Amino acid sequence: MSLFEARSVTKRFGGLTALHGVDFALERGIASIIGPNGAGKTTLFNIFTGLYAADDGSVTFRGQPLLGLRPDQITALGICRTFQNIRLFSNMTAIENVLVGMNSRIALGLWDVLSHSRSFRRTESDLAARAIGLLDRVGLQANANAVARNLPYGDRRRLELARALAAEPALLLLDEPTAGMTQGEAGTLMRLLRGLVADLGLAIILIEHNMRVVMEVSDRVTVLDHGEKIAEGSPREVQENVRVIEAYLGTRGAGPRGARRA
Amino acid sequence: MIQALLTVALVVVSALAVAKFPRSVLVFLLFQGSLVFVYRAQIPEWLRRSLLAVALLVLMPAIGYFNGYYLEIATQVGIFVALALGLNIVVGLAGLLDLGYVAFFAVGAYSWAIFGSPHANVIFGGGFPLAGWWFYVFLLVGLGTAAITGILLGLPVLRLHGDYLAIVTLGFGEVIRVLANNLDKPINFTNGPKGITPISRPPAPFGLPYGEYFYFLVLLIVVAVVIVNRRLEDSHIGRAWEAIREDELAARAMGVPLVRMKLMAFACGASFAGVMGVLFSAKQVFINPESFTFLESIGVLAMVILGGMGSIPGAVLGATVVTVLNLQVLKGFSLWLNELKNAGVTVLGYSLADLPTQFEPAKYERMVFGVILVLMMIFRPQGIFPARRRQRELAQPGG
Repeated sequence: MSLFEARSVTKRFGGLTALHGVDFALERGIASIIGPNGAGKTTLFNIFTGLYAADDGSVTFRGQPLLGLRPDQITALGICRTFQNIRLFSNMTAIENVLVGMNSRIALGLWDVLSHSRSFRRTESDLAARAIGLLDRVGLQANANAVARNLPYGDRRRLELARALAAEPALLLLDEPTAGMTQGEAGTLMRLLRGLVADLGLAIILIEHNMRVVMEVSDRVTVLDHGEKIAEGSPREVQENVRVIEAYLGTRGAGPRGARRA
Repeated sequence: MIQALLTVALVVVSALAVAKFPRSVLVFLLFQGSLVFVYRAQIPEWLRRSLLAVALLVLMPAIGYFNGYYLEIATQVGIFVALALGLNIVVGLAGLLDLGYVAFFAVGAYSWAIFGSPHANVIFGGGFPLAGWWFYVFLLVGLGTAAITGILLGLPVLRLHGDYLAIVTLGFGEVIRVLANNLDKPINFTNGPKGITPISRPPAPFGLPYGEYFYFLVLLIVVAVVIVNRRLEDSHIGRAWEAIREDELAARAMGVPLVRMKLMAFACGASFAGVMGVLFSAKQVFINPESFTFLESIGVLAMVILGGMGSIPGAVLGATVVTVLNLQVLKGFSLWLNELKNAGVTVLGYSLADLPTQFEPAKYERMVFGVILVLMMIFRPQGIFPARRRQRELAQPGG
């Protein structure tokens, strides 16, 4: 049984079929999902994390069906994500952002909070220490008390990663984590991801446009186009796949759809 | 050191001044101002705490001995501080705009008003009013009833945001008021617009006069409310509320259970209003639906905004400023003007006695209030004491 498995996932928005019978499976390591704009990559993430309801298909995580669960339940099971357009809690500090990510791991009730019980105090200091550790991991510990909206762009991306890690996921979904980063920053981030896979045994699904990153870091690559899976395999196999080249560069004589990013 | 001496001197002098001129509104304002100064001054923490404690526990009741109305003002301030702190949870922390907040105050007030007065005999036959000590039980009953009402309001509005939520809560506030107005038939629950009276008061301990008794009780509840508020804010619950306010979708994706957290915000906010409602009905002895109008909800919201959304000191100060302005400054100014008129004073050849009554400052309460709000929004939109992010001490990363 795979760690994570999606079968014939279909999603329609009105008359538009955003996803059409997409299969996807991941055992371990890093899998990338690539494809031209509008191929349905982020929609797939939104279904995996419970933000959208799929019209058809099934998604299982460690054998447990996910469709129909609320986003917070899915997070509690061990899947967490970042967003394509960074969605931090802008008016909260970096460490508070990370602490919110730990929400599903806190087993305290209202009474613990109001009475400042011993377990509450212990939990709070444990959480803070862990949050600092995570910020340290992504290289942000010096900015722990900075308000998120004041952080530079690259730091905000890394903070979002730390926040997602705070939920102690077994599977991490990253939506274009290197967007807007220089090649050097992207390289650092990828080394960090590789480290996470090696140290924590994390599985990662990556949506990525930066082909150099994809080819370097991925164990497997899945290519979506128009809501359908058109190719899957090792980075090398995908690179040489004719349909992929067509999807990115267009067939002879057709327009250069998606070529900009390829 | 100099500042510490100065602060102590200011509090003592202003308190003495109130005793010397018990009728001067400005002197009492000076005393209130000195408390704000104590809060802001750079003095040792123990000094700040003891000064505030002395001022609120000793000086204020003593001032009440010279002028009972000031104690009434202080009590009213306390009631509105608790209301503002409750609304601050819903609006300031969780970001759920609630325009019908006074409904929960009404629920608390009516829960004691009905059972603490002979009126309950109309519904249940004999045996009422309940004995005075039941009042303390009803503080909890009012808390619970208001919290449940908060959840009942929260359930249908879970999916609503911003403007839509505001309109629905506004409607809810009106529904409660209209219910209070009309539930005198077929079974007379609320006695309609005539209101309920007399509402029992608890026996005051140590033979305290009721003015002092309610002042201390309000103070006790306010302190409890502040502590509860601070503990909630500095916990995963408070962080989850703020996360919902900042980005609801991201909060859900990070594992915040949206439904539970929103309902908890409504229930917590409502419960403070419920407790104060019970106390309010006992203090006033008489309540009717007029005390729970839309304007009251707006007033409490204005206190929260004026003080600074999501900020506990802000809510306290906002409630104080608005209440003092309404009950003390504008009224005091009217009285003073009236005295001038009666004394036949003339200004630049114009006799003040000819001034039409329409110019009475007390009649401009809402306008002055509105002007202040507009000016605040232009020059200090974040409020008087905006919420400050808690700065954490950073230990060395250990794991």
